[in-house]
Amino acid sequence: MYRYDTTDKSLVMERVAQFRDQTRRFLAGELSDDEFRHLRLRNGLYLQRHAPMLRVAIPYGLLSSNQLRTLGRIARRYDRGYGHFTTRQNIQYNWPKLEQVPDILAELAEVEMHAIQTSGNCIRNTTSDHLAGVTPNELEDPRPWCELIRQWSTFHPEFAYLPRKFKIAVTGAPEDRAASLVHDVGVHIVRGPDGQLGFEMLAGGGLGRTPIIGQVVREFLPREHLLSYLEAILRVYNLEGRRDNLTKARIKILVRSLGIEEFKRRVEAEWASIRDGGLALDAREIERMRGFFAPPAYRQLPDLDPPAEVDAIAKNAEFRAWYRYNTVAHKVPGYRAVYISLKKPDVAPGDATDVQMELLADLSDRYSFGEIRVTHTQNLLFADVEQGSTFALWQTLRAAGLATPNIGTLTDMICCPGLDFCSLANAGSIEVAKIINERFEDLDYLYDLGEIDLKMSGCMNACGHHHVGNIGILGVDKGGEEWYQITIGGAAGADASLGTVIGPSVSKAHVPETLARLLEVYVELREPEERFLDAVRRLGIKPFKERVYAAPVAA
Amino acid sequence: MPRQLLRDRQAVEDDWRYAGELGEGGGADAVILSFDQWRRERAAWMARPGRLGLVLLPEHKVEQLAPDLPHLSLVACSFPGPAEGRGYTQGRLLRERYGFQGELRAVGYVRTDQLFFLARCGFNSFELADGDLASATAAFSTFTAAYQPANDRGLGVKLQHP
Repeated sequence: MYRYDTTDKSLVMERVAQFRDQTRRFLAGELSDDEFRHLRLRNGLYLQRHAPMLRVAIPYGLLSSNQLRTLGRIARRYDRGYGHFTTRQNIQYNWPKLEQVPDILAELAEVEMHAIQTSGNCIRNTTSDHLAGVTPNELEDPRPWCELIRQWSTFHPEFAYLPRKFKIAVTGAPEDRAASLVHDVGVHIVRGPDGQLGFEMLAGGGLGRTPIIGQVVREFLPREHLLSYLEAILRVYNLEGRRDNLTKARIKILVRSLGIEEFKRRVEAEWASIRDGGLALDAREIERMRGFFAPPAYRQLPDLDPPAEVDAIAKNAEFRAWYRYNTVAHKVPGYRAVYISLKKPDVAPGDATDVQMELLADLSDRYSFGEIRVTHTQNLLFADVEQGSTFALWQTLRAAGLATPNIGTLTDMICCPGLDFCSLANAGSIEVAKIINERFEDLDYLYDLGEIDLKMSGCMNACGHHHVGNIGILGVDKGGEEWYQITIGGAAGADASLGTVIGPSVSKAHVPETLARLLEVYVELREPEERFLDAVRRLGIKPFKERVYAAPVAA
Repeated sequence: MPRQLLRDRQAVEDDWRYAGELGEGGGADAVILSFDQWRRERAAWMARPGRLGLVLLPEHKVEQLAPDLPHLSLVACSFPGPAEGRGYTQGRLLRERYGFQGELRAVGYVRTDQLFFLARCGFNSFELADGDLASATAAFSTFTAAYQPANDRGLGVKLQHP
């Protein structure tokens, strides 16, 4: 992974000093609430319902064991013993004390971490494929490019006061595991006309109040121009994006109102003026950055299939299920990528305790070259586990409540913090996750349902990506009560689509029954091997809608 | 009391007057006009001796101003509120694309905490709305390095660019 040099280190330390001084001035009354708000919001600090919330950046979701250990220690020392992993592959602490935040930042800086630009109207953490570098059919590892973007966007003087927040995702494989089509900018590594690698550049995707799928701005961008092209897009957006109405300020609204052709024309015109300037990347620098992400020292191993080949464990049905659902193929023979499910039924989705984080740090040292990844679906991942070690790893994970064998199933849901923590939310989401888990606790039923993305947001800001859930749940406020609007048919991958609302919203207590009815229809009407998403696409919402609203739900 | 500002990292007394601040008979030899005033009364002001400057609002296009830049000794970019960010791009365009060498001033909601980024975008003068000017100069050394080329003009930033 990328390692800081002395300059990177000094920049982060200087940020700690800057923020310490800003906090001191605020606490001394030298900065007003509003003045401080504009400063703290560029440093991941929100003042929430109960306490401040601090969001810490995890660039493209990649952590060293030492960093995760530090995150665990911070959770214990400054919070209530846990942290919440987010859809931007970051971590949030919900209970820090304002006056201690500078100390937290100082501890983070010791392990090359920070909270820079994790909130505010600036360029946020760049996200990527959590299987980057290990997935078999990737064109190229996207992480070196993510790091180049991280550096370019960090303290970019021109783009610190954008009309609205700005999110970039980079992928290098045909499957899109980073939801790049619903990002302000999506960067896809693609092969160009002459066989060389470069980028397809998309813009204008987004969720929130107005969900839109991103559109192609440039089909092929030579690699050395990545940063200048991003700078051109950001410059057009900074000047032309709406600032009069917060709900119309994202780049998606600009792209939509100009039309993709006109937007493209403006970006290209801007790019023509700067493309040969100081942002061009030379081949040596690209190689240097790639060097940081070179493959670890894999052993030469036979390609095993432990559940089938290792007698002792073949009989263990629980392990077999975990292996099937929570591990995926690796490009190197003898290795698997292993998901650590943070979707245990009685725990808020994405939460991990201090003890779990420290345990995972130790386990990653032992089993996965000391690196951990955060997925945008709010799980963790060990990318490089020897197949022969999976049984031992599973036993330890299971004892720690980290082996719920549900990755990709209904209960592997994305969920925002909701009304329990967030001051924007209309409705709770953690409680709904809990009652859904109670209703769908039968794993065999979940396995029969197969791959289903359930995504839930507590309000229109769509932090839980509900629009692109195969099933989406949106919390709405109805005369002071929490109600839930259900959509089906959304998808976040390379075939991204927005879900369709099935009808009137339902009360909290009725959410599980509503889901049960949707799934009943699916089980009845599906074709062999047909996923829920494909069935919805084939059938339309009508049969689902009819069943859900046909009979009142028994209270 | 004459306006105090920060120019080239020094606290100085402003030698410019906005057109609205001129008394009977003019008087100042350095006058800052509004963009509209400049468009309407350009010829009259240019016939007058002395230096001219103008205020660029966030919605104004730098390219509209480009032909006039040789006649201007000062451009003031306006930041009407804490969320306004167009001036950062305007500043860079003025310096880097149109080669403006005169005084580039930030006015409006301009706070000490913004100075570093503004300076990197080519601004060299600041009508600060907070704090005392002498201590504000420390903000120019908030960071000793930067990841992206910009317009540092002697800020002493080490460029850490891939």
